[in-house]
Formats: sequence, structure tokens, C-alpha cells
Amino acid sequence: MKKNSLVGAFKDLLGAENVMESETDRMNYAYDAAVLAPVMPGLVVRPRNTEDIGAILKLCNENNIPVTVRGAGTNLSGGTIPSMGGLVMLTNGLQRIIEINEADMYAIVEPGVITAQLASAVAAKGLFYPPDPGSQTVSTIAGNVAENAGGLRGLKYGVSKDYVMGMEFYDATGTHVRTGSKTVKCVTGFNLAGLMTASEGCFGVYSQITLKLVPPPKASRSMMAVYDSVDQAAETVAAIIAAKIIPCTLEFMDNFTIRTVEDFAKVGLPTEAKALLLIEVDGHPAQVEDEAAEVETICKANGASRIQVAQNAEERNKVWEARRTALSALAKLRPTTVLEDATVPRSRIPDMVRGLDAIAARHKLTIGTFGHAGDGNLHPTILCDKRDREEWHRVEKGVEEIFELALGMGGTLSGEHGIGLAKAGFMEKEIGRGSIEFSRKIKRAVDPKNILNPGKIIGG
Amino acid sequence: MGDLKRLHRLLMDIDDMLAGCMRCGMCQSVCPVFARTLNEGDVARGKIALLEGLSHQMISDAEGVKCKLDKCLLCGSCSASCPSGVKATDIFLKARAALTEYTGLSPVKKAIFRGTLTHPELFNRLVDMGSKFQGIMTKKANAYHGTSCAPMLSSILGNRQIVPLASKPFRKSHPSMDTPAGKSGLKVAFYPGCLVDKMYTGIGEAVLKVMKHHGVGVFLPANQACCGMPALASGDTKSFEKLVDLNLNCFSGKGFDVLVTPCATCTATLKKVWPMMAENLDMKRRREIDALSAKVMDINQFLVDKVGVRPKDGAEGRAVTFHDPCHLGKSLGVFSQPRTLIQASGRYHIKEMQDANTCCGSGGSFNLQHYETSTQIGQKKRDNIVATQAEIVATGCPACMMQLTDMLASKGDKVRVKHSIELYAETL
Repeated sequence: MKKNSLVGAFKDLLGAENVMESETDRMNYAYDAAVLAPVMPGLVVRPRNTEDIGAILKLCNENNIPVTVRGAGTNLSGGTIPSMGGLVMLTNGLQRIIEINEADMYAIVEPGVITAQLASAVAAKGLFYPPDPGSQTVSTIAGNVAENAGGLRGLKYGVSKDYVMGMEFYDATGTHVRTGSKTVKCVTGFNLAGLMTASEGCFGVYSQITLKLVPPPKASRSMMAVYDSVDQAAETVAAIIAAKIIPCTLEFMDNFTIRTVEDFAKVGLPTEAKALLLIEVDGHPAQVEDEAAEVETICKANGASRIQVAQNAEERNKVWEARRTALSALAKLRPTTVLEDATVPRSRIPDMVRGLDAIAARHKLTIGTFGHAGDGNLHPTILCDKRDREEWHRVEKGVEEIFELALGMGGTLSGEHGIGLAKAGFMEKEIGRGSIEFSRKIKRAVDPKNILNPGKIIGG
Repeated sequence: MGDLKRLHRLLMDIDDMLAGCMRCGMCQSVCPVFARTLNEGDVARGKIALLEGLSHQMISDAEGVKCKLDKCLLCGSCSASCPSGVKATDIFLKARAALTEYTGLSPVKKAIFRGTLTHPELFNRLVDMGSKFQGIMTKKANAYHGTSCAPMLSSILGNRQIVPLASKPFRKSHPSMDTPAGKSGLKVAFYPGCLVDKMYTGIGEAVLKVMKHHGVGVFLPANQACCGMPALASGDTKSFEKLVDLNLNCFSGKGFDVLVTPCATCTATLKKVWPMMAENLDMKRRREIDALSAKVMDINQFLVDKVGVRPKDGAEGRAVTFHDPCHLGKSLGVFSQPRTLIQASGRYHIKEMQDANTCCGSGGSFNLQHYETSTQIGQKKRDNIVATQAEIVATGCPACMMQLTDMLASKGDKVRVKHSIELYAETL
């Protein structure tokens, strides 16, 4: 990578201003949002347009240079941490929304379009793009698709993969590939878009993505239910689903998180409560009316000690303020914040919370748990100081046990953050040897020189 | 080049502040410089990563890190919205000091800060001379805004539309003053700041008029010096500390209720940066600084919160749009008070612009070092101002006023740039 002729080749291709090689520039692309050690790349390049992506990949493949694609660098599992001396390709400059089609309800975007900006452009046309990961104000669509990012609305509206209709991408050799369609139905060829989604940059680099849009709900109603036990909150979640009601959001906060949020934001949370559920139903106004009343009844029947239904936009905002500040309130407690996303079947949430408490006690860890109760995707958040080696060792043990706990309940290592480097070593426990071997066979077939984000997901 | 070991030690002193950054990258959504360049090194997360890299010896290019650190408006947008509460601007000021100690201060900056700024009398004489000769160096560029261009100085100033130096500085008209509290029962110490003294003397006059009107006593001591921000932003702690001392001599222990300034940057510097940078000073000076900082208040905030100026119900009149200076809004949480002041007479009403609270791109010396980026950020602000169709854009910081004037004048827009205190004063 240090070969000057190669750097020159990239400069010839992209212009010197789009090739960064200084120590500081390389340091700036050595990390992402995962709590992992930085790895210095050898070169950082910025494609000027989507065609450049193919040309960059071709040059990398010919010269055996590992490539890691980076959007906003908000990855929580190390998927954007490059290979030592490899190349980082920045796609955050490719920000064009090519089309928002109201009649056929789809959007075509370049990879670097920011999630929240797409959502607001779509909303301006009277449509709705639901995936709303926590980093949506900075995250890019390509990053969301590569990680299959979720968000608060996952329970009812699904996650990023549910909105991918088609895409164009470049494979490891720089060959342009098209898959999927603007039509609702399309069975033309293999579902390559499905393969590419959640592939974390291991199979190719997106140049254009076609996303499904839906009509926005006409009404919504939010409420907060307070519980004296986690079991009651979890039983409520199960009962709501059993009543055939799918709220658009159904969020959980444990006592530690409640106390921390209240200390920080003073939004009037009951600090003695063992658990909180924040629930929002949306849809047609009449349906919302019915479902909100029914949810309220279910909450009461399952032992909620208090229910607060938002009567207007201001009250609704207040209900969600608590949830929005959860991570940042927790993050302010200690220097290092380890945000996990192991996910369990929703019926196992009480067991999961109990298990997390036990892990916290066993390893003397501070863990605040909040998250998406409706889909079993909790965020146990470990607050620590990674500079303290002894404490960090306990954190690592704790994280390992969280994975085991979730897998033991038939859950999964990651609901929405991805595998990347952080969880690659635990994959076999969940999916088995055969699945890893099969994945590796695919990887070898589409990327024989293993230049596309090597080491991520399946190791090697 | 200085002592690398000492640099590591100085950086390790701020290690606790650096460790709080969880690399979430949310600062990308608010950083005005990043919005233009999309480069990680321009956003707070990237700068903090470089400082950690340097202090933990993963990288060694201190000059390179300093270069990235200098490309920052110090607007505080990142600190104000950081989920984990990282005080990025505090970190950058301390790191700039450490890095400048290592790399050394440039000869030009040395001459400006150590040779001039820290000697207020000399500084005043030089500026006075400049004001007399500026006609030779500049040519009138925009009669509406009263700005000039300086073709002979274009290597330094580019095509900037610059606000001329006042023919008679404010402090020359009012060398010192000490009037007792009147009907308000309040007495303020008045710190005009350099730009009000030397360019925007009308703001100084407006403050005196308003204080007189409300029966507020004014203590205006002679020999005030610069607040120190320009020196500190360039990493020159030595000059900064000298300037703090000069000002403490003027104000410390004197009888007044509040120290007011009409400059958002001066206010934020006196109120927040002085105590933050005082950690290494001796106990006596720290106490003096803490006592004085506690009394510092923005002029708008003073008039509304202390004197009790209220907006007139259903204010109509001419439309004014207000630009929130970063050091007033994001740093000090002063948003409503200047709007109240503008609407107090009923002669003006506020017409909000889009993104009133985003930076105008001035950033002090950032404007000199990175004029192109500064202008791109400023033009966006200009577009938002013009879109309101307001006749006047008001703000609370002379540095923002210079930038807004440059942006509007270069496009030939007929929008007046005013300080909120000027608008209020002219209605009395």
C-alpha cells in the first residue's frame, strides 16, 4: 500500500484532493463507534461519483488491497474499522436523492444520503420511510442497508431490509451489477439485493439503492405505563400482541435507566418504578382510538400502577423525551459506553432482564437496560472506563455472558448493530459451523482475493 | 520544536475529557465546517480521536494534528448537542495551548499577541493610526453597508467587504466613567470589547444611552484589555493570562452588581473560558476570576432579566430577523432576551429565519485562515436572512456583524446589520 506508484494511480483516477495519505487523515478513518482499538488504513479515497466506486474496486482488486467502505462511521460493531494498511472508501459525499416517486411509492438514492434527510424529503411529498435507527441524523442509507439497521418502529414497520426493493452495486472486480426493480413484484433472477443487505461490505459496494415508501399513518397516540415489576411490564407486552395489536413503538426502560434519565432530564419519571413501557399506536384515527383504549385496559389488567396517555403533541413529546435521552443520560455517567443489542423472543424479556441483573452483580458492572421490548431487542448498556484494565476485563466477561444468555433463550447476538469485528468470534455458537462454511463459500466465490472488508462477520 | 514528552504529558492532562467521547459521530449532524467538507478531521469526533492518537502515541505528527484542530470555528455546536456531554470546545482550547507550546507560536502571531494586544496603550495607538490611513489602503466597496475592500492587502484580506475602523474609538470618547446607580438601583461595570471600541462605536454609545434611560449606574474603568480569546484560540496562553491579569486589575473587587458586555464572544470568554483556563493559576487569582466571572452577563440578558424590559404585546412595525451568535445561544443559553429587547418598543417585530441558531462562519481567526469555508457557511446564513425579507438582521456579537455585513454586502443585499442594543436604544 505504501507503493508510491499506487497512490499516484489513485490520484490520477480521482484527483489529488480526493486521495488522503497523511498520518492524521489515516488516523481519522481508523475507528468507528464500536469500543474497539483503531486500525490505521494505508490510504483514504473519496469517489467523486458512483462510477468511481467501480474504478476504485478494480484497482484494489488488481493490487490485492483490502477495501472498507465508510459512510458516517457510526457502526457499533467495528464493521467500518479498516484492515491494517488497507484502503478506506468514503461514500458520504454521494448524497443525491435521485428520485422520489409518489405514484409508485419508491425512492432511488445514492449511498451517502443521510437517513433523516431522506425521511424528511419523503415526508414533504406526503410519504413515509419508517426505519429510524438511533443515529438517523447522521447515518447513511448505504450504512443502514449494509448493517440492516433497525430502530424504534421495527415492531410494526420492519427494518431496513424490508424497504430494499432493488439496488445497483459494484462487485470485487469493479463490475457493475443490477438487481431488483421499482415494481412491488419482481422474481427476475436471484434475490441479490437480499444477499447484499446486511452483508457489511463483504460482497460489494452499493452505488444506488431503490427503497420502498409507504403512506404515513393519519393519527397516533402515545402513552407511558409504570410498573412495580419487570414481569408485569413483559406480560403487558405479550398481552398487547396476543390482542392482535401491533403498536408502532413499544419501548422498555429498567429502573436504573429510569433513575438516570430522571436525574439528567427531570422529565417527571417515577424513580421508584421497576419498569416503564412507552407505547405508541398509529394508523387510521378510529383504529388508533380503539387500540389506544384497549392497550390502556391491557396495561391496567397486567398491573400497571400508573398510565399516562398523551393528550396533545406537547405531552406526546414529553413521553418520548424520556426515551430519546436514555442513551445520552447513561453515557454521561462514565467515560466508556458499551451498547449491546442481543435480542430474545419477546416472551423471554423478564428472564433476560433478570439475567442481566445477575451478570451485573457477578462482575460488579453498571448496566442500564432499555430498548425495543416489542421485538425483544433490548439494549443493555454497560457503563465503564476502558482505561481501567481490570474493569475492562470484567466488561468483556460480562458481554460474553450476555451473548450466552441471549443465545440460551433462542435469541440472537445482534438485533440491529451488526456482527462486524466485535461479534465475529461468537457467530459459530449461534448459527453453527455449517452456516459459517456456507457463508465463506459465497464470500470466496464473489470475492476470491478477499479484498472486501476482510475479517468482518465470518472472520478469516 | 518543543519537548515531545511534555506535549504527551500536557495532553494526558486532558485525557479524562477526551475519554468521554464515545465516537458515536452525532456531532456530524451539527458541525458547520463538516457540513461543507464531509471530512472526519473537521468534526469534533475526528479531532478528539487525533488528540487521543497523539497522546497515546499512536501517531506522532503534532503539526498535522494542530492543523486539523485549528480548522474549527469554536462555535460549540458539537458540545451543545453531544450525547455524552463532551466539552469539545474546552478540549480544543486546552489542546491548542499544548500544541502551540510544542510547535511554537508563529512570528506574526507573536508580534500581534505578545507585542501588541497585551499592551493596550500601544494597541490603541496603532489602531488609531490605522484608522487615519485606512482611506489610502482601501476603496469604498458598498455605500449601503459602508464597507470597503482593500486591494493592496488582498493577499491577507481577499475580497472581503470590511467594516472600517472608527475615526474616533469609543474609549477615546469615553476614557473612563463612574456614575452611581439611579432609579433601577443597579450599577454595571461596562466591558465594551475591542470591536465595539474600535469599529462599532455606535454599540457602545447605545449601551450608555440605555443605561442612562433605565437609571443604571456605569463603571467604565480605563486600561481595559482584550478578553484574550484571540490569543487563546491561537494557543497563546501566556498572552491570554496577561490579558486576564490586565482586566482583573480593572474590575476585580470594584463595586458593581453585574459586568455587562455587548459582545457574545467576550461574554462567553469572561464567563466560561476564564474559569476553565484558570485551573493552573494560583488560588488568589482563581478566586478573583471566579468572583468576576459569576457577575458577567450579556447586555440583552441583563436588560430583560435584571432591569425587567418586556416585549410590547402584538409588536408590529418593521420586520427584524435575529441571528443567534454561537457564544450567546449555544454557550450561554441566551435566546429569548435579545428578541424581547427588539420587540420592546413595538416598532419592530421578529421574523425568524431558518436555522437562526447555526453559526455564521465567522469564528474569529478561522475567517482569516479558512476564508473559503467561512464564506460558504456564511452564504448559507445570508440566504436564510434574505429569505425572511426582513429589512434588518440583528444579532448580539460584533464579530458576527462583521461576517454578516461581508456576506450581505458582497451580494448587494439591502439588509441592515444591527446589534439588538442599537435597535432598542434608538426607540428610547
